[in-house]
Amino acid sequence: MGTFDFLLQGLSVALQPMILLYALIGVTLGTAVGVLPGIGPALTVALLLPVTYGLDPAGSLIMFAGIYYGGMYGGSTTSILLNTPGESASIVTALEGNKMARAGRGGPALATAAIGSFVAGLLATLALAFLAPHIVKLALVFGPREYFALMVLAFVTVSAAFGDSTMKGLTSLFVGLALALVGIDGLTGQARLSFDVPQLLDGIEVTTLAVAMFAVGEALFVAGQGMRPDDTVHSLKGSVRMTKTDWSRSWRAWLRGTAIGFPIGAMPAGGADIASFLSYGTEKRMSKHPEEFGHGAIEGVAGPEAANNAAAAGTLVPLLTLGLPTTATAAIMLAGFQQFGLQPGPLLFATAPQLVWGLIASLLIANVMLLVLNLPLIRLWVKLLTIPRHWLYAGILLFATLGTIGVNPSPVELSMLLIFGVMGYLMRLFGYPIAPVVVGLILGPMAEQQLRRALAIAQGDWTTLVSTPVSATLLGIAVLALVVPIILRLRDKGAVLSQIASDAD
Amino acid sequence: MTGFTPGTGRRPDGAAFIIAACLAALGLLLLREGFAIPDKGGYAGVGSGGMPKVIGAGLIGLALWHVAAAFRSREPSRPRQQPVPLMWIIGGLALQLILLKPLGFSVASGLLFACTAAGFGKRNLWLTLPVGVAFALGVYGVFDRLLQLNLPAGWIETLIFGG
Repeated sequence: MGTFDFLLQGLSVALQPMILLYALIGVTLGTAVGVLPGIGPALTVALLLPVTYGLDPAGSLIMFAGIYYGGMYGGSTTSILLNTPGESASIVTALEGNKMARAGRGGPALATAAIGSFVAGLLATLALAFLAPHIVKLALVFGPREYFALMVLAFVTVSAAFGDSTMKGLTSLFVGLALALVGIDGLTGQARLSFDVPQLLDGIEVTTLAVAMFAVGEALFVAGQGMRPDDTVHSLKGSVRMTKTDWSRSWRAWLRGTAIGFPIGAMPAGGADIASFLSYGTEKRMSKHPEEFGHGAIEGVAGPEAANNAAAAGTLVPLLTLGLPTTATAAIMLAGFQQFGLQPGPLLFATAPQLVWGLIASLLIANVMLLVLNLPLIRLWVKLLTIPRHWLYAGILLFATLGTIGVNPSPVELSMLLIFGVMGYLMRLFGYPIAPVVVGLILGPMAEQQLRRALAIAQGDWTTLVSTPVSATLLGIAVLALVVPIILRLRDKGAVLSQIASDAD
Repeated sequence: MTGFTPGTGRRPDGAAFIIAACLAALGLLLLREGFAIPDKGGYAGVGSGGMPKVIGAGLIGLALWHVAAAFRSREPSRPRQQPVPLMWIIGGLALQLILLKPLGFSVASGLLFACTAAGFGKRNLWLTLPVGVAFALGVYGVFDRLLQLNLPAGWIETLIFGG
C-alpha cells in the first residue's frame, strides 16, 4: 500500500466523531494557550498528560498534536496585538506584526498569519506523510550506534548550537542528564542516586520537571519583576480581510516560509523559533519593499508564521519515525506515547498503522479547524488577553499542581515540583535555557541504553561508534555544531546566534 | 537577588562562582555514586556506574568553564527582582504541600490560588480565598469525579460530593 492508501485509511480513523472531538479540544486549548502569554504548548501537553491516563491513546495523542499546532497559530495573535510573544516561535512575528497593528492594520496581519499557518501546516503535514515511510525504511538499517549518534546530535543542537552561550546550553543539558540518572538503571536494575527514598526509584517524572520549570518557574519570574501596568492591547479595528496587494505579497512568503520551516523542524536542527528567524531574514532580503521592514511589512508576518507552523509539523518526522524528540514539546509528547506503552519509531508504523496514520490525517483536519477558529472567531481570542494577570497565574499554578497531585499525591512529588520550580526561576534569571533540561531528562536514558548496547555488541570496542559512514557522519556533524558556534562567538559574530536563541517550545 | 543595577555588569561575576560551586558539588556527587556502584561492565565494558562518572566529570568541567568565563567576560545585568511576590508564591506552594493531606485538595489549592494572586498584587484575601476554594472545588468535581483522577479529599469534598 502506498502513502495515499494509508492516508485514506487514516482519514477514516480521524473522521470518527470521538476523534474529531479530541482534535477540536486540542486545537481550541492550543489556540488558547498560544494566545495567553506565559504558557506554551509544552506546558499544556505536560499538564494534560496525567489527565489522559484513562482516555483513548489515539485520541489523546491527536489532542496533543492539536495543542502543538494550535499553539503555533495562537502565538501570532499575542505577538501582533500585544507585542509580547505568546510563545517563543512568535517573537519575530511581533517585529512586523505589532507595527502593523499600531498602524491600524492588525486585521490583515492576523489574517496573513492565520492563512499562512494554514497553508504551511497543510503542505508540511502532507510532506510529513510522504516523507515518513521513507525515513522508516532508512531507520530499519539503524543500529544502536546510529541511534546513539543521532541522539548526540540532538543533544548538541538543542543545547549548544544556538542561543547566546554554549556554556549555558551545555550546563542545562548536563543538569538534565544528571537528573535522568536518578532511579533504576533500565539495563541492570541497579538503583542510582535514589538515596534510599523509594519514590526516587521510579526516576524523575518528565511531567513534574516540565510543569515545574515552565509553569512554576515562569510564574516566579514574572512575579519577581514586580508590579507593572498590564500591557496595552491594540484593539482590533476594521475587518480582517486582506487586500489584493496583501495577497500578492503574502503567498510567496508563505511558500518560502514552509520550505524553510519544514526541513529545519525535520532535521534535528532546533525548533520552530529558529525557522521563523531564518524566514524573517530571507523575506527581508528578497522583499521588493525592504524599506518597509521595521515599519510593518506584511511579508515579515507571513513568512515567519508559515515557517513556525511548518517546523512544528517537521518535528513530528523524527519523533514519529525515530522516536527522537528535538524540541521540548516533542519531548513531552514522547512521554505521552510512553505513557500509553507505545514507543514511536519504525516499529510503530508496522504495529499500529491505524494510530500513526490516524494522527497524521487528523492533523490535516485540525488545520482546517484552526483556520475557522482563528479567522472568524479571532475577536473571541483577543478577549483572553484582557484577563488580569493575578487570576491568570493563580489558575495556571492551580492546574500545574493538579497534574502532579493527580499522578502521585505524595509530599515528595510536590517537593520536587517546588524545588524544580525554584530552579527553573533561577535558570531564567541567569539566562540558562530550559528546553535542554527537559530533552536531556527524556533522551538521556535512551542514549545511555543505545550506547551500552552498541558497546556490548562490539565487545567493548569504542571505535564501533564511528565504524559506519552514517554514525561517523552524524557524530561529525554533532562536533561541528558544537565547535563552530564557539569559534563564531570568539570572533564576535555571535549576535546572529543569540538572536535565534531556542527557548521554551 | 537584589543589587544589580541596570547597565553595569560586575566583573568578576559573583553569581557565576556560586553556580560553579553548585555544578561542582553535583558533579562530585555523581562521581562518588559512579564509583560506589559495583561496575559489572559485562560485554559492553560500561555498566551502571559508567554514565554517572561521565556526566559527573562533564559537570565539573562546566564548573571550571564557569570560573574561567567569570574572569573573562561581563555578565549582562539581570532584571531587578522583588523578593516579596516570590515569597508569596513559594509560600503558597509550601502551604499546599503541607495542608493537602489534612485539609484536602480544594482548601489547600484554594490557599495556593490566593497566595499566587497576592504575589501578583491582589492582596485582598477575603475575595481571592473564596474564589480559589470555589474554583478548586470545581476542578475537583471535573477531574476527580468525571475524569477519574485520584485527588485527595478533605471534609469539604466529602460534604459536597459524598464519600
